This record gives sequence, structure tokens and C-alpha cells, in this order.
Amino acid sequence: MEHYISLILKAIFVENMALAFFLGMCTFLAISKKIEAAAGLGIAVVVVLTITVPVNNLLYNTILREGALEWAGLPNVDLSFLGLLTYIGVIAALIQIMEMVLDKYIPALYAALGVFLPLITVNCAILGASLFMVERDYTFGESVVYGFGAGVGWALAIIALAGIREKLKYSDVPEGLRGLGITFITVGLMSLGFMSFSGISL
Amino acid sequence: MADASAKQVLFEPIFSNNPIALQILGICSALAVTTSMNVTLVMCAAVIAVTAFSNLAVSLVRAQIPGSIRIIVQMTIIASLVIVVDQVLKAYAYEISKQLSVFVGLIITNCIVMGRAEGFAMKNGPWLSFLDGVGNGLGYSVLLLFVAFFRELLGAGSLFGVSLMPVVNEGGWYIPNGLLLLPPSAFFIIGLAIWGLRVWKPEQVEEPDFKMSRHTVKEAF
Repeated sequence: MEHYISLILKAIFVENMALAFFLGMCTFLAISKKIEAAAGLGIAVVVVLTITVPVNNLLYNTILREGALEWAGLPNVDLSFLGLLTYIGVIAALIQIMEMVLDKYIPALYAALGVFLPLITVNCAILGASLFMVERDYTFGESVVYGFGAGVGWALAIIALAGIREKLKYSDVPEGLRGLGITFITVGLMSLGFMSFSGISL
Repeated sequence: MADASAKQVLFEPIFSNNPIALQILGICSALAVTTSMNVTLVMCAAVIAVTAFSNLAVSLVRAQIPGSIRIIVQMTIIASLVIVVDQVLKAYAYEISKQLSVFVGLIITNCIVMGRAEGFAMKNGPWLSFLDGVGNGLGYSVLLLFVAFFRELLGAGSLFGVSLMPVVNEGGWYIPNGLLLLPPSAFFIIGLAIWGLRVWKPEQVEEPDFKMSRHTVKEAF
């Protein structure tokens, strides 16, 4: 249990997807002008990550990994080079399915997530989490916890940035720095703040 | 832009319509790889290759792709190209591919590739699309190499792994600025680069959300 708690804290703070690994930056910068939109996107990312990372973990361990096809009588087959194609396919398909399921059974949530769901397919934080999961050899349980933690970390970061930008638009920024430039520098400062967590060893 | 000349398509994205500075595309997988010039150069080559050939491939089949599943088709083309690049790197530049770790795979979700395939290759012929891919890849590379230049030079006192300013730890005189090897510095450098670019080309400046009103209190002057 302790192991899982340290894993989740690490995924949220120390190895924050957005601020320590620069993942999901495009949407991070583009959709952080309003807090409501940022929160909607953040929740969508948490949900998608918690589902896709464990599913990709299962696929990797039962089909793609070297020697994983032993149950099918093919002990020497190594399909790990197909990994990238598989993960992105799984992510795209799962998001499509989620969209349909939510539309049918939980229309309120579907309306709230709106355009953000399809947008998530090309969010590098999602694919990045799956790739990190493979690289670090997580077990199934760990991958569930990691997926959730990584999502929460990303959501926290984008909501915080949206809060700052809402205040920032009333300030007098030098002309060339307006918009994207000042946002980059703000994110840099936030990232500097999050670096202080890296001293924590769990 | 169907009648745009080849030269324009190739060079426009480098400064006038830079994918990172203006289109907010492809920042994701890029920043973490800019701590040294070597790694950055390999990453840039990979991105140029993938953008150019995915644009070419998407443009060749653009008439056959049904609109409703075009995203999946583009994804599959891009993912296959990235797998090729990944395998080539593992075979010929193993050390660097280890340093790049997951970021080669993340070229798939690099919005430049997807954005150009969707925004340009679906509407234009193969040759122009190929050039557009190369141009956008170059625009991305210019900014990335710029960032890597400062980070490696000031952070480690070297370029391409060759020591230019001998650091104190090895008996030299230069005290390296450790901050530049940490993630936040990349944001500062890009932020400042965008500032510089917009001072040079003022038409890129964004409209403010609010106009500042003039000072009305005497002390404020």
C-alpha cells in the first residue's frame, strides 16, 4: 500500500507530466485561458489516462512483449516494435468508445467535456504515460495508480496556469511578450516551483 | 494556398509562420531534448523526416480517405513512419536513442506532424506537401537548435559535447549555470525568443484582451 501511495505522489508532484516532462504542452498552452475550460479538460485527461494506461499495460504484457505469446505457442516472437502503433490505436479507439458511452449514459458529463474528448487523442501526455509505463516496467496495479496520478498532476498544472492567466490579462505586458511569450515565462516559473518537489525522495 | 510557390511554402514556416512561436504546435515532445546539441540534432532530423514523409503519404492518398475516418488513417501513417525512425535510431545511434527515450515515440503526437497533415497535405499536391513538411520541420529545428545552443553552452560550457569554456570542476574558469540544464530554463529561453521574434516582426504581436487605460492619478507618472 505504501508503495502505491509513494507512486501516486511521485506521479502528481515530483514527475509532473506538464511541468517536469513538458508533455501535453500544446493543449496546455492553448486551452488555459479560462478556468472552466481548463478544469473540463483536466477531468477528461484524468479519466482517459486512468483507463488507457492499464489497458496498454495488459496489451503489452500479454501480446507485445518478448516471449509474451508463449500461450499461443510462439515463444520466440517479439512484437514490441509494434508498440507505438498499438498504443495510439488503443488510445484513439478508447476515446471514441468513451465518447459514445458517455453520450448514451451520462449526457451531463458528455456535455461538460464537449470538444475536449476528441482533442485528447493528440495530447502527448496520454501517449507519454503509456510509454513511461512500458519503459519503467510497471505491473498492472502500478499502472492503474500511475495513470491516475499522472492525470491528476496534469489537471492540477493546467488549472493553476488558467488561474494565473485569468489574472494576467489585466496586467500591462510589454508588446512583443503579450500572449504566448508571457505564458511561456509563467510556465517556466511554475515549473521552477514544482522543481522544489524533486528534493523529496519517497 | 494552392497557388503558393514552392519557395514560399518551404521558407515561410521558418520565421514568418514558425510552428512553435506562432502556431503553438509541437512544443510537447521537444523541450526535454534540448539539453545538448547532439541529441537535439538527431531529434530535429527525425521530426523533419517524419513531417515530410507523412505529408507526402497523406497527400498521395488524400482523395481516397473518407472524411469521417481521416484522423485514424493519418495517425496510422504517422505511427508507422515513427516506428521506422525509431528502429533506425536503435540500430545506428543506440546511445542517442537511449537518451531520447520516450520522446521519439512522442513524435506521433507532435502536433506539427498532425497539424500539417490535416491542415496542408489534405488540400495540396504531393510535391508541395512534401516541401511544406520539410519547411515546418526546419522551422521547428531552428527554434530547437537555438534553445539547445544556449542551454548547452551556458549550462555545460560545451557545444556538441566539445568543451569550449572549460568548467571549474575540470580546472577551467567557467562556472556553469546549472539552471539551464533544468527543465524551466527551456521555457524562459523560448519565451524570450518569441519576444525577440515579435520585436523583429511586429505583425505577429497578439491583440491585448484589455486596453490599459491612461494613468489618472498624479503620483503614477
